[in-house]
Amino acid sequence: MDEPTTDVIQGTLDMLILKTLSLEPLHGFGIARRIEQISRGVFKVNPGSLLTALQRLERSGWLDAEWRQTENSRRARIYTLTRAGKKQLENETADWSRRASAIARLLKAEG
Amino acid sequence: MPIWRQIVRGLRTLTNRKASDRDISDEMESYLEQASAELVASGLSKDEARRAARLNLGSPTAVREQVRSYGWENLVASFFSDVRYAVRRLRGNPGFTTVSVLTLALGIGASTAIFSVIEGVLLKPLPYPESERIVALRHTAPGLHIDDMNMAASLYFTYSEETRAFQDVAMWSNDTGSVTGLGQPEEVPAIIVSHRFLSVLGVKPAIGREFVAGDEHPSGERAVILSDGYWKSHFGGDRSVLGRRMVVDGEAYRVIGVLPPSFQFMDRAVSLMIPQRTNRANVRLISFCCQGLARMKPGVTLAEANADVARMLPMAPLKFAVNPGFGANVFAESRFAPRLRLLKDYLIGDIAKTLWVLMGTVGIVLLIACANVANLLLVRADGRQQELAVRSALGAGRGRIAWELLLESLLLGGAGGALGLALAYGALRLLTASGLEHLPRIHEISIDSTVLVFTLGISLAAGLLFGLIPVFKYAQPQISDALRSAGRSLSQSKERHRTRSLLVVVQVALALVLMVGSGLMLRTFQALRHIDPGFAGAEEVETLRISIPESQVKEPDRAIRMEEDVLRKVEEIAGVSSVAMIGSLPLDGDGNDPVYVESPAFPAGAVPPIRRYKFVSPGYFRTVRARLIAGREVTWSETYSQAPVAVISENMARELWHDPRAAIGKRIRPTLKDDWREVIGVVGDMPDDGVDQKAPGIVYWPLLRKNFESSATDETRSVALVIRTPRAGSTALLKELQQAVASVNSSLPLADVKTLQSVYDHSLARTSFTLVLLGIAGGVALVLGVIGIYGVISYSVSQRTREIGIRLALGAPLQGVAGMFVRHGMILSGIGAVCGLTVAFALTRLMKSLLYDVSPADPVTYAAVSAGLIFAAMLASYLPARKASQVDPVVALRSE
Repeated sequence: MDEPTTDVIQGTLDMLILKTLSLEPLHGFGIARRIEQISRGVFKVNPGSLLTALQRLERSGWLDAEWRQTENSRRARIYTLTRAGKKQLENETADWSRRASAIARLLKAEG
Repeated sequence: MPIWRQIVRGLRTLTNRKASDRDISDEMESYLEQASAELVASGLSKDEARRAARLNLGSPTAVREQVRSYGWENLVASFFSDVRYAVRRLRGNPGFTTVSVLTLALGIGASTAIFSVIEGVLLKPLPYPESERIVALRHTAPGLHIDDMNMAASLYFTYSEETRAFQDVAMWSNDTGSVTGLGQPEEVPAIIVSHRFLSVLGVKPAIGREFVAGDEHPSGERAVILSDGYWKSHFGGDRSVLGRRMVVDGEAYRVIGVLPPSFQFMDRAVSLMIPQRTNRANVRLISFCCQGLARMKPGVTLAEANADVARMLPMAPLKFAVNPGFGANVFAESRFAPRLRLLKDYLIGDIAKTLWVLMGTVGIVLLIACANVANLLLVRADGRQQELAVRSALGAGRGRIAWELLLESLLLGGAGGALGLALAYGALRLLTASGLEHLPRIHEISIDSTVLVFTLGISLAAGLLFGLIPVFKYAQPQISDALRSAGRSLSQSKERHRTRSLLVVVQVALALVLMVGSGLMLRTFQALRHIDPGFAGAEEVETLRISIPESQVKEPDRAIRMEEDVLRKVEEIAGVSSVAMIGSLPLDGDGNDPVYVESPAFPAGAVPPIRRYKFVSPGYFRTVRARLIAGREVTWSETYSQAPVAVISENMARELWHDPRAAIGKRIRPTLKDDWREVIGVVGDMPDDGVDQKAPGIVYWPLLRKNFESSATDETRSVALVIRTPRAGSTALLKELQQAVASVNSSLPLADVKTLQSVYDHSLARTSFTLVLLGIAGGVALVLGVIGIYGVISYSVSQRTREIGIRLALGAPLQGVAGMFVRHGMILSGIGAVCGLTVAFALTRLMKSLLYDVSPADPVTYAAVSAGLIFAAMLASYLPARKASQVDPVVALRSE
């Protein structure tokens, strides 16, 4: 962890969760840990926001949730991406890339 | 699918909050475990790991609240908890709540009841498919001074053959038939129709077939269609009734169909539907027997239909021979013209105005009720002002407080609406049970979905109306003022009272409007009671109808003799002082026809004015105690010898010869071909179309007539017996009457047994109905208005106890203090009365058509009502004022 940590950028948490779950089904803590790992510790997920977001995404039909035994034989709610979730992830990714490249162009612009 | 998931999860959370909370806790717990397990793996001790994980998670309560706050169900849940809270507050003040709900229930209940009448009578379409295309074929003949006239058989055929605007044309008339051979002989209501009648209405028989043209053929077999009710009561609903024969007026009829249970026409319960059997070849031009009915083609307007009839009218004299004694251009001379109306408008008649006046009345009652409740709410909000200020100071938003206040009002409105609906239901049951016969379509009145929506709407609107007043005043309290005054209340500024005073003024004004309305109705009713109906002692006159069918007694004079035999038998009954007969009772109306006069003669070819025709037995005027002004009644020997005599009404005698005595010996006749008849008597005027209608000129002919209206012998086979006896109206008398009639002819049914008084009351029914309802509304309004004044003054007294104490301590006289409050009450009611008089003056014009012999600006009514109201207001403000003068200065000053 060589870079300073920061909270997840406003409005991107949903996308990050969907992306993480598109790799494999995970429980809540696993998702938080995975986001931190992949971002190399740049993003730190607030547990309250994460659990609320999971609740919202599940209600919207993008995730399915199920209580299961984990590999370390503890009970946990495992989240899986649904078909609708996959589609939503594609939309959000495309949208994000568009905006990110626009911002990058703006920042690179020279007088 | 996602929406489905949203709804299911939301509902689960709503119904089982605990389970969903446990879900959230479990998830958090599992999160903690996973987190601490990882920390343990990185080398921390179990406890330390647990603590670190908790630290990372933050406050569990905050997280749980955050997770919980997502979802639509939270809005619902908070709404319910607001409702629960509001209900608890209302229940905490049962006196206030009960009074408010009852007041509202009264207003909403009355509005709902009258609205369901309006809905059922005026708004709902008639129960036929595309009923807006069905028209009543009425006519008008200004040349004969006849406004509204029925239809002739000649016109029925003309219209059927020549129409461009109508899809179907029919003719109908009411009748009764004596059914024999099915148990007791019975006189049942029947309707005679042309064969396309049911097609015009768009109704099909439930079983069997409709009439066809062949059923009208005079030599064919007679056919009859039964009503559902008659079929069930007399044939047990047996489907094999089709093809059976039954005997009506001595003739065999073949049952060919049964009407559907829902069938109704012109509010008359009919048992038998019988085809007319008019031979077209024998029809003359003037044959006004029947009512016309037609279904317009799709897209045709009433104006186009009228134009079509106007086009066809001149064809009738070319198709049909004119009756002997009339000129060929009689239609043109009488300026005969169409006056078509939609069947619904024709059926409803002029009741619409009455109903809308009543609707306005109950609307005003509702407004007064709202003003009353608003006043109570203001007092309550005043008491809560400190609480609201404190909450506001602690950060409660203006919207939040407004919402709470409004929710209470809406709940009150809702509760008032629910109770009002129950009241309306009861009121309607009473109304339909009272069988107010003047109200058309009374059996179609019910609380249906439209009425429910109306009730819900006015309940919410009422809740908003009186709820918003305190909201505007208190939702943003003057925090500093309210908190400061908590310690020591100051005498209230005038401003604080202004809204309440305004509400009282409005109440008084509206109450005055209603009282003026009911006062005017009362004066109308009095005026009507003072009209001389031309008869007297009506409560001691029993009446009943009999008719002698031609199939039983063919010869005219034998039929009349049988009527006299019945009369003689009835005379023998104990307590009967006199008996007579008439074709149709007074106030029951009858046919009109022209009357020619020998001198002064009418110009040749002109049709003279029409008069009401009635047919009487000897002794009729004596029995009903009519005033015989000149001459004498007809005798029995004149009746049987068919002597050419007649009695006429006073107004007709004055119109023709200026003096009733001058009429005696003058000669009149119905048509130019008839014998002249000598006027032998003049009798006082009797209104015949309702007590409030001008008495028509009436000719009373004998029961048996020679060369009358173009027939050699003409007799009156259907008569009403009028029987003067103190026993009128008793069931014992009815039994003896039945025996008396049966002893002459056992197959004669008695019909329409009633006292003459009930005929008279019936004619006043609509006025008394309106009077009673307006009277109730006016009374309720007065009580509510007086309560309003009482409330404001006594509240003002209770708020100013300290001030009163100081005044008394400084030596103000007792009467002066009491007078101050009475004056306040009088000023409020005075302003209210002035506003009310102005509004009443403007509004009562709308009820002009309901009034008789009273101007809508009747000064007596206005003065009496104002005086009554001011007196009531004085009383209402004196009671609390007296309390003020009893204040003990020491107690008052110490009380805080």
